[in-house]
Amino acid sequence: MTAIIHKEWEGFSEGKWCTTVNVRDFIQKNYTMYDGDGSFLAGPTEATSKLWAQVMELSKKEREAGGVLDMDTKVVSTIVSHGPGYLDKELEQIVGFQTDKPFKRSLHVNGGIRMAQNACHENGYEVDDEIVKIFTDYRKTHNQGVFDAYTDEMRLARKSAIITGLPDAYGRGRIIGDYRRVALYGIDELVKDKKEQLNTSLKRMTSKNIRLREELAEQIRALADLKKLGEIYGFDISKPAANAKEAIQWLYLGYLAAVKEQNGAAMSLGRTSTFLDIYIQRDLEKGLITEEQAQEYIDHFIMKLRLVKFARTPEYNALFSGDPTWVTESIGGIGTDGRHMVTKTSFRYLHTLENLGTAPEPNLTVLWSTRLPENFKKYCAMMSIKTSSIQYENDDLMRPTHGDDYAIACCVSSMRVGKEMQFFGARANLAKCLLYAINGGVDEVMKVQVGPKFRPVEGDYLDYDDVMAKYKDMMEWLAELYVNTLNIIHYMHDKYSYEKIQMALHDRDVKRYFATGIAGLSVVADSLSAIKYAKVKAIRDENGIVVDYEVEGDYPKYGNNDDRVDSIAVSLVHDFMNMIRKHHTYRDSFPTMSILTITSNVVYGKKTGNTPDGRKKGEPLAPGANPMHRRDTHGAVASLASVAKIPFKDAQDGISNTFSIIPGALGKDDQLFVGDLDLDRMSDD
Amino acid sequence: MDNELIGRIHSTESFGTVDGPGIRFVVFMQGCPMRCAYCHNPDTWNVNGGTLKTADEILKEYDSYKEFLKGGGITVTGGEPLLQIDFVTELFQKAKNKGVHTCLDTSGITFSNEKAERYEKLMEVTDLIMLDIKEIDSEKHKGLTGHTNHAVLEFARFVSEHQKDLWVRYVAVPGITDDESDLRKLGEFLATLKSLKALDVLPYHTMGVEKYKQLNIKYRLEGIEPMEKEQALDVRTTILTAFKLALKEKN
Repeated sequence: MTAIIHKEWEGFSEGKWCTTVNVRDFIQKNYTMYDGDGSFLAGPTEATSKLWAQVMELSKKEREAGGVLDMDTKVVSTIVSHGPGYLDKELEQIVGFQTDKPFKRSLHVNGGIRMAQNACHENGYEVDDEIVKIFTDYRKTHNQGVFDAYTDEMRLARKSAIITGLPDAYGRGRIIGDYRRVALYGIDELVKDKKEQLNTSLKRMTSKNIRLREELAEQIRALADLKKLGEIYGFDISKPAANAKEAIQWLYLGYLAAVKEQNGAAMSLGRTSTFLDIYIQRDLEKGLITEEQAQEYIDHFIMKLRLVKFARTPEYNALFSGDPTWVTESIGGIGTDGRHMVTKTSFRYLHTLENLGTAPEPNLTVLWSTRLPENFKKYCAMMSIKTSSIQYENDDLMRPTHGDDYAIACCVSSMRVGKEMQFFGARANLAKCLLYAINGGVDEVMKVQVGPKFRPVEGDYLDYDDVMAKYKDMMEWLAELYVNTLNIIHYMHDKYSYEKIQMALHDRDVKRYFATGIAGLSVVADSLSAIKYAKVKAIRDENGIVVDYEVEGDYPKYGNNDDRVDSIAVSLVHDFMNMIRKHHTYRDSFPTMSILTITSNVVYGKKTGNTPDGRKKGEPLAPGANPMHRRDTHGAVASLASVAKIPFKDAQDGISNTFSIIPGALGKDDQLFVGDLDLDRMSDD
Repeated sequence: MDNELIGRIHSTESFGTVDGPGIRFVVFMQGCPMRCAYCHNPDTWNVNGGTLKTADEILKEYDSYKEFLKGGGITVTGGEPLLQIDFVTELFQKAKNKGVHTCLDTSGITFSNEKAERYEKLMEVTDLIMLDIKEIDSEKHKGLTGHTNHAVLEFARFVSEHQKDLWVRYVAVPGITDDESDLRKLGEFLATLKSLKALDVLPYHTMGVEKYKQLNIKYRLEGIEPMEKEQALDVRTTILTAFKLALKEKN
């Protein structure tokens, strides 16, 4: 990049960010820490209330229409596929929809034409015949590519659901474009930068380099489209944003381009609040805007994020228990220099939960540290009690790995914004794997050989050492099959459904994480504990397949801070991660693992037979790293202490624990409890 | 240790949020001489029940949760913990050695000035006392709990004299402990205490009733509805108003 100082940057402290694309440096040099409380916040403006009422009305209509109000069946969604769409152009401060009107779902076909057809069909629409023909006869999709390369074993493992939720027919998501770059630099600078990347890439035409060159060319084209998207809404985004409103609008257009291009499983936003605060603060100081206006911009921005919608099938929604988009926004955290990164706009984002009411999207995620300012902590606690809509993640744990400009994709996947991305890999069902170990690779539900034909467990009672040895062999098989399946998926996704605009908002040389995941951790830990500490009798069917278990006696259960069983859970995670690490991963990606089935545990449970812990066929697995329902009997902290033993280095893609608690159990009612009685003052009153 | 004391423990709770400041490890001691009509832990009454544990065993358990208990500490409640005052003193002594904040939740019923020496030892290792005053009227107190409130009020004065931080808790039961003139008297009494830091009005609830059925004990407050928050706020205001008035007159 050339060393131009744009006039739009007036008033900002200069730094490395002026000569290279470096948003983090810009933030660090320019943000204003805020240690105060939420008393400065402004309520909704009349325009905000009016627009939101309109949204609520449309939501109602959508519900009445069975969940979908309108779908595009003719126009394949691209960055520039549609004209402008508005709720009420006069009132909206921040504009832009995925199609030409709100609540109309766009048509995405690159992931797989059949998925797109099903999504329409199930909702009472049909994809245009011509489109179907094009993407069946002329233009291959990701889904077709994957199934061309799958082995029979992979198809079977997919069918039995020992590996499940694979992104082989839909967009993998979990990539966060650095949408802030659009606001800070404008498209022209970004294109210039990308062209330089292309011109300075290796000359030797290996397949790796050819792919890179093709991708960079696609990225440049996507940036040009993004500029056109700006024009569609009447903005010239070739130049940097000049004020707060433009910064929010530019940034949002970058994100909008991404959701127009990709129907990803999680389309997260990044870490934008402290970045935008710099612009808002500048405008406030210059007297250009009021707090009411600042809040209005944020409210309208968040309103748009709440209206991101995708066409999806009922099965997809069943897997995720709803219609989630995972527009995750990461808020707060501590800088590597020790300063906290809470700004007034961190409050403004959370305040939308009051101005617009509570909502699951965007997924507002506070990067929690013990060192966050006390007032912000109190505000978060207050808002959590009020709205139950805030997610918390441990910044102190993630900062050492990712620094202070990372964000969360989906629910727990951490990555440096614009510098790291991940290949989302769904999950392997470890509970089912245990049943395969017991039955020598025979699926307990389908009653067919899916895994390798190892020797099954013999005798009436399960022996811990015997089962454990067999289980490790079966896990080795599963790890290899799983990684190879994902290798195919990501190869094909890059080939047929490349995330052009999102990757255009990344550096050229990104670090790629190869995300794997496991389901059923607590079921396996408890099952092995039952085998070890109680007596577990195997019940076989007429074909000698173990289909049920009788547990005689009690055994330590995961979730009670009892090391006898917690250590089993810890070594399961450690061992399986090491098995994953043994295998080649696509594009030299760095293998990680997550334990985070927040909703899909229900579907996985349906496909998993009776387990040795006494869980019955069809009963849900516990979500994420949660203890099994009602088995954690020693109080909340004991339950949390068990989960906290799971080593982050072996589950770097995240460990989730779904934790419900009634507000009354969190402390005293502040009206009935009169603390800090000041006797001297009170007698003066 | 050969002469380590043994405590009778009913149970422990790793996530106590309503028994003192912060998140606390709560130890429920077994055994109680009181028979409060609204007691929600009748399973702690029997002085021969519970599990035997040493102070070290309890603190080991505390340690396994200490990451969660920053800003909190340990609270001993019951039953009536001061039936086992020597054990509690030892437990708190050891907790203090580790820098753990100690809080005692008591009815004060076992106190007498003759035993003051043992209580002084306990005060040295206790950071906060939460005292339940069940009723200011001694006769009504007897009806409600089986004992007069003489020892309770003596204990409150003792704590006050020792300048030990004191929170007073008061359970408001509709038609039983919400008499206005009693509440005013309570406020006036509180105004005489020098180290009072908080007043906690607990609206009566019926969540303990199920336990009575299981234990086959007759529940004496059968038919009395839980107290609404608004009523409890009135109770609080009445006590505080009398409290402030008395303070003003004193000055």
